[in-house]
Amino acid sequence: MLARLIHRVTALPPFQTVLDEHSAAVMGILRGAVGRDGAEDCFQETFLAALRAYPKLGDAGNLRGWLLTIAHRKAIDFHRANGRKPIPVAEVPEAATENGLPEPDQGLWDAVGALPPKQRAAVALRYGSDLPHAEIAAALGCSPEAARRSLHEGLKRLRKELA
Amino acid sequence: MKTAVDPKVIEGFRARAAEEGLLDIAYTTADSPFGPLLLATTGRGLVRVGLPNQDADELLADLADRVSPRVLEAPGELDEVRRELDLYFAGKLDRFDLPLDWRLSGGFRQRVLRAINRIPYGQTRSYTEMARRAGNERAVRAAGSACGSNPIPLVVPCHRVLRTGGALGGYGGGLPMKQALLELEGVLDEKPRT
Repeated sequence: MLARLIHRVTALPPFQTVLDEHSAAVMGILRGAVGRDGAEDCFQETFLAALRAYPKLGDAGNLRGWLLTIAHRKAIDFHRANGRKPIPVAEVPEAATENGLPEPDQGLWDAVGALPPKQRAAVALRYGSDLPHAEIAAALGCSPEAARRSLHEGLKRLRKELA
Repeated sequence: MKTAVDPKVIEGFRARAAEEGLLDIAYTTADSPFGPLLLATTGRGLVRVGLPNQDADELLADLADRVSPRVLEAPGELDEVRRELDLYFAGKLDRFDLPLDWRLSGGFRQRVLRAINRIPYGQTRSYTEMARRAGNERAVRAAGSACGSNPIPLVVPCHRVLRTGGALGGYGGGLPMKQALLELEGVLDEKPRT
């Protein structure tokens, strides 16, 4: 009876449940990490890779962290394939936004995309997906302190580059 | 922060998963005169039909556990099943022509279910006869329980199995449903003995 119960709790849920519950978070970090256009392709790559590996995943305990780690790798692949080239624009838009908050502009995300992988992931997860440090750490497979440090280093570098 | 995902992106993922052969179990829900049915198929064929009174989430969790956790909603994979069921409920189909995946039942139970699958439309058999056809005439209770655990009801017509003497016996979808199915097939036209 108890063994059955434990099995139920740790068994892998139907993949559709994983898709339903985490697709928004995955899309969120991908938009942050690679921009709106690349995100859709990376999203499909992420869930295909997850679906391929899913039956062998031993533990259903941290599905979100697992998916975000895959998404992070796909974002890195994307940047590699695209040579991390910043996209030149003719002019910088200076229009007011609806809520008075600045829209995240492409130049900023290009700079994020040019950060070293850990820093980039930490920044994207924190500001693209609004994840707390503990979840960033889980996604990156490091301690919360290390996640905090990566985030800090990443922000420092961004400030310098964009100053 | 909620980020809406364009359904087209999800659809694209599903199509690529199917192309790569990663859709171990495709499922959908379909309307029926009795309520929503859960339909699930593998590469081999129809593996599960969930009746309206059964908890679809539980059935899917069970499939994930016993067959493969690669379970995805993919209505297109079940178009033919839905089409034949619609015709059946409309009284326009008396024999399903669908590949079946029997893997959820083994041994004696599977033999009982395969015997049930040969009962023609509009006819009934007794639990005793099913036990005999499955190779053990005395295992009437086991035959009854095989009917009760039929993973592919409606298509494998366990509603056509009655008690010796004609009483309805049991049905996973509830006795009113069994009775309505037998009425649809023209077996029952008056109140049955229960």
